[in-house]
Amino acid sequence: MKPTVSRADLAPTAYAWQIRATGLKVRAGRKRMAVDGLDLSLGTGVHGLLGPNGAGKTTLIRALATVLRPAGGELELLGQAVGALGEHRALRRRIGYLPQEFGYYKRFTVREFVEYMAWLKEVPTADIPGAVQRAVERVGLADRADERMKALSGGMVRRAGIAQAIVNDPAVLLLDEPTVGLDPAQRLRLRELLQELGTDTCVVVSTHLVEDVAAACTDVVLFAEGRLVFQGTPGELAAAGGPEHDGDSPLERGYSALLVDPARTRGAW
Amino acid sequence: MNVEHASARLIDGYARGGTDLAADELWALEAHLEGCRVCRDRLSDAVTAGAPAVAALTEAVWSDLEHHIATAPQAPPRRLLARLSAWTTPAMTPWLAMVLAVTLLALLLDLTGPGSGVGSGSGRVSLMLLLAPVLPVCGVAASWSRALDPAYELTSSTPRAGLQLVLRRTASVLAVVIPALLAGGWATGVTAAQWLLPCLAFTSATLALGGVIGVSRAAAVLVAAWAAVVVAPTLATSRTAVALGTDGMPVWGAVLALGVAVVIVRRGAYTTPGAHR
Repeated sequence: MKPTVSRADLAPTAYAWQIRATGLKVRAGRKRMAVDGLDLSLGTGVHGLLGPNGAGKTTLIRALATVLRPAGGELELLGQAVGALGEHRALRRRIGYLPQEFGYYKRFTVREFVEYMAWLKEVPTADIPGAVQRAVERVGLADRADERMKALSGGMVRRAGIAQAIVNDPAVLLLDEPTVGLDPAQRLRLRELLQELGTDTCVVVSTHLVEDVAAACTDVVLFAEGRLVFQGTPGELAAAGGPEHDGDSPLERGYSALLVDPARTRGAW
Repeated sequence: MNVEHASARLIDGYARGGTDLAADELWALEAHLEGCRVCRDRLSDAVTAGAPAVAALTEAVWSDLEHHIATAPQAPPRRLLARLSAWTTPAMTPWLAMVLAVTLLALLLDLTGPGSGVGSGSGRVSLMLLLAPVLPVCGVAASWSRALDPAYELTSSTPRAGLQLVLRRTASVLAVVIPALLAGGWATGVTAAQWLLPCLAFTSATLALGGVIGVSRAAAVLVAAWAAVVVAPTLATSRTAVALGTDGMPVWGAVLALGVAVVIVRRGAYTTPGAHR
């Protein structure tokens, strides 16, 4: 029987924030600076990354996943500076990442896919079958675990993606639009899972759905044109909006109140 | 090591619910029990002997759990496909199949006559010899490419992404290509040294250049260069290029050594393969 809590889990950390960015700049493509001078500190909890399309959410998440290298500023993950050329093996072992459009091998079964990702994440070989079973159960795919990925619906594929993200018990979990393609019941289940994970993990969820944030997040990060606009609790976001602002719920009104200037000056939407 | 075990008084007291034990004793006992099998066994005996209510409770919990444990799905052991995926990805399979098909085709043309080899004797050009250096390069290109590998984004965020993974995939490509070429070489009478060295040199050069511009792009550049510099003149003049003769061997050896050296020096560049784009 594996002990559920080890000494390492209880040891105090040497860092105050799991994610800390100062003046962070990240390029999307060759020219455009999608994240431009971002100051952000995120600790344990579920952080909803909210912003209009093209705000740089995906670019930020990819930089946090160490896929993109910062073009400027500082980025510290779990107390370790990211950016210098070199391998971040130890750091990457503790990161879980679900890309917005994640590719997979269609011939793999769910279990093989999650196993393969566990192997890539250097989960010890002896622990892989158990870790995979646990991850698959947590996302509610245990009964479909031995079906091929190509036979799954869009929502199930996304849940398989979440399973691979949590298979290594990450300390930083980055989910880019995890609720896309999920039906309402699955969405509720995902929110529960996020809340559960958020008790001891730094979870960053990018979304454009304000109601996801209200239900599952302890903290809202409002992000527009590569910069931080607002960081606070969902309650504080709701308080920012008044009856004169657009929106059907207090959170939506708060969202439009805070984003009204940058969004409107560009016209269109 | 001389381990001190908990006294019978403590164990018996704990079995009866621990109400007559001091808080610090209780704490120390629980900490000890967590790590000591001997004392856990003694506690279990004490419970069966002196606390039938607790024994009945644990019995009930066990019988309740047993049903769940029996029906819980067991994690099956990893299958062959999963083990194989440590060396090759499904995205590479069609490319490897193509490489094998091309080898076979070249071999057939070489064997069946003057299709490619115009003339005879020393003037005869072996198509297989011409293609051998670039065959593994195609497989390597597919092994680490954003366009061809659907799981590229996921893979590139994992700790294993990097030179080690690239080398594993390259090794699996070579493991497929070299036996095929060996068989072909044996059938056509081309000596292994003639193609093996260029083949390895090209592979190492692809990886070395790949650290700078990306592996798939490097493969495209090298294949184009090979076609322009060696294949086209050879086919035009119907004479085996100097590069493939015995005189070219030291040069290929040097390219191989240089490629390997560059790969080793720049091993950190393969960690985030998308970064240079």
